[in-house]
Amino acid sequence: MYKLGIDVGGTNTDAIILDANHSLVHCVKSPTSLDIKTGIETALQQLLKEANIDKTKITHAMLGTTQCTNAIVERKKLARVGVIRLGYPATASVLPYTAWPQDIIEKLSGNYALVHGGYEYDGQLLGELDEVEIKVLLEEWRDKVESIAVIGVFSSIKNDQEFRVRDIIQDVYGEEFPVSCSSLIGSVGLIERENATILNAALCKVIETTTKGFVQALKQEGIFGAEVYLCQNDGTLMSIDYAKQFPILTIACGPTNSIRGASYLAQVKNTMVLDVGGTTSDIGVLQDGFPRESSVAVEVGDIRTNFRMPDIISVGLGGGSIVRVNNGKITVGPDSVGYRIGQEAMVFGGETLTTTDIAVRLGLAEVGDKSLVEHIDEKFAIDVLLEISSIIEHAIDKMKTSSDDVQLVIVGGGSIIVPDTIRGVSDIIKPENGNVANAIGASIAQISGQYEQIYIYSRESREDSLKDAQEKAVNQAELAGAVPKTIELVEVEETPLAYHPENATRLRVKVVGEMR
Amino acid sequence: MRYLDKDAIENIAIGAAFLGTGGGGDPYIGKLMALSAIEKNGPVKLYSVDEIEDEDFFIPAAMMGAPSVLIEKFPKGDEFVKVFQKLAKYLGKEKIAGTYPMEAGGVNSMIPIVVAAQLGLPLIDCDGMGRAFPELQMVTFHLDGISATPMAITDEKGNIGIFETIDNKWTERLARTATVEMGASALVSLYPTTGGQLKQSGVHHIITLSEKIGEIISAKNRDAKEKLQELLKLVSGYELFQGKIVDVIRETKGGFNLGKINLEGMEGYKNEKMKVHFQNENLIAEKNDQVVAMTPDLLCLVDYETLLPVTTESLKYGKRVRVIGLPAHEKWRTEKGIETAGPRYFGYDYDYVPMEELVKKVVAEHV
Repeated sequence: MYKLGIDVGGTNTDAIILDANHSLVHCVKSPTSLDIKTGIETALQQLLKEANIDKTKITHAMLGTTQCTNAIVERKKLARVGVIRLGYPATASVLPYTAWPQDIIEKLSGNYALVHGGYEYDGQLLGELDEVEIKVLLEEWRDKVESIAVIGVFSSIKNDQEFRVRDIIQDVYGEEFPVSCSSLIGSVGLIERENATILNAALCKVIETTTKGFVQALKQEGIFGAEVYLCQNDGTLMSIDYAKQFPILTIACGPTNSIRGASYLAQVKNTMVLDVGGTTSDIGVLQDGFPRESSVAVEVGDIRTNFRMPDIISVGLGGGSIVRVNNGKITVGPDSVGYRIGQEAMVFGGETLTTTDIAVRLGLAEVGDKSLVEHIDEKFAIDVLLEISSIIEHAIDKMKTSSDDVQLVIVGGGSIIVPDTIRGVSDIIKPENGNVANAIGASIAQISGQYEQIYIYSRESREDSLKDAQEKAVNQAELAGAVPKTIELVEVEETPLAYHPENATRLRVKVVGEMR
Repeated sequence: MRYLDKDAIENIAIGAAFLGTGGGGDPYIGKLMALSAIEKNGPVKLYSVDEIEDEDFFIPAAMMGAPSVLIEKFPKGDEFVKVFQKLAKYLGKEKIAGTYPMEAGGVNSMIPIVVAAQLGLPLIDCDGMGRAFPELQMVTFHLDGISATPMAITDEKGNIGIFETIDNKWTERLARTATVEMGASALVSLYPTTGGQLKQSGVHHIITLSEKIGEIISAKNRDAKEKLQELLKLVSGYELFQGKIVDVIRETKGGFNLGKINLEGMEGYKNEKMKVHFQNENLIAEKNDQVVAMTPDLLCLVDYETLLPVTTESLKYGKRVRVIGLPAHEKWRTEKGIETAGPRYFGYDYDYVPMEELVKKVVAEHV
């Protein structure tokens, strides 16, 4: 049996095949196309032509893609969304879509309603749901909206109202009508969670096209029997049905895939990962095999959200970064010759001094024509390398959670520019096949389930609370396509809440299992 | 008199979060409330204290409760319309001439703007702290013997309570209990004051100061060092430290967020250490185990590069910050001021010494 993985990056679309032992059988890199779809088809075609394997033995096909991110950034193919916030009279001082860019509000049709409902911080009722109010609203919105986002005040504590509203909507508009419930998407922080839920609702058409397109491309190449999955941004996979409910979770899956792929290639589970591309480098942290999550509000297409995102920092340093001297001071990047490196870098006969030229001059790498960079002063080249080290050192330091030295796994096409010793790093691993770490990450991903709620331990014991949360997370994982008996608990996070009169704790658990 | 528009509000939000010394709530939701209110009702009039009549009557507006609740359940927005009417009737006053903030902070500097916009009332350029503090009696009006009550408390559901208490600490106790019952976040209106009292006991020009601080911090394409010098000059402040957060120890006690931040020096402060103690707000700073700043003086942590204020909730390992100290308003440096909000009130075993003297001492020893 074989697994097929595709990762769509900003510059390249990578496609790989792994065998049953997760060893790399073949890989190709092909330019990412403007519509993304053609690029995927081309990469797939080339891969299968060159790999020469029995296609019927491909059992799993995984796609990590930027289509949803692009749709938001470019404001294209977005659905008309109706926003229902449950909480009136509370929260009327800041209405839905406040502080959103005008162009995207127009694309989404701007329909919203603030209706009765919601809960208090301790789970007491803030407002009773008025079903007639909802039904009247739905009659008014008929044919005006293609997708609905439902957001309840403190729904992270109690979400039955959100689900009731979803049922009413599907009673009135039909079972297939897409509804996004905020409690399943974001955490505490109404505005940010509402924004994430609206974006999720807006992506329902994009995800439909993406998944259909991928399945079709596979069929065209004669792959019929494979289970098809999409990559999420936490390093796990989701089935097509699940992806259709939570398209927003595909955002930022690229850097996550490289971190996971790096971990797999280097055979380590707790480490820091540096992925050096042509223009930028991403740094992430791997905890027990999964990327650490960001704890601050994240902006997607100029919209503030709080859904789960990997904690990644990007710096303007890559294999094509331009090296300059300004008033005697050496600067590296942030601009880069990018995909034109094959023409513009000195080792390839160009005239722009890049980080790759420095690496070749110092014998760190063998690319292009070495003789073309021999004239560069060695002392100068060493100074540039020190500047590169310093950029990396600063970025690594920002990601550390303690002052101890860390292990660093380096992957990506640009990794040749990184020196062998870096301050704050105990040891460096540069694994083989690191240039396709992202596609490998996509292929080896597992299935996860997550649950978050505020529990009051003085009413429900900590043990029972943990059990309850774990059961709900396991349900999520099964829904996403995990094999029940392989599911295990990988993360428990407990945050005691200030100001609460009782022993209230926000509990978050995450489980992971093998894919079906 | 001048009008506050969108840009002014953006800047006030930043400057007030700076003066909020780590507390005062999430500036984002506060700003959205104020911007929504002026979008609906038009810009707000700001009067300086010199422009108001001594006999006129003013009521401040503030939010009380947990910042962690406010980010999920924020006000309806028109609660104060009723509260102001009720309080005026209770006090037998026909007209309320304006409103003003109780404290400087991400949320509480914005609430009076919402109220002013909605009621068409002028906003007065003063507050009762010149910074942020956690309790209701920690205001300059209290120091001058003005009663916090009659006070009104309300929630988005429409409940209104009026308190008359025997002293201002009782106001704090009773209001705190009511706030929890109202869903851990409530709107309060207390220390009803005359124009004369505002002139006498308020901290003047605080909104304008916040705005100026915000203007400096948010200026684009300017060097951080240059901005910092201008900022320090404006607030008569000191840069006490530049460093990286290496540890944050937090605990929750009696409804407050307590903790310590450990910083490791960088740039000009290499090989030095700083420890900042906080209880909602930053209260004490020790450099190399020596105290360099203590409450009621202001202790602000800002991002190393952008100078944007950092709230205690968002502190984490690796963040690079500058620690800036500002002398407190002179009213806080009196005997009663120190008794009300000095180091001993918060449980620190130090006699209050003004920041200027502490800084001088450290510099002298260094030489």
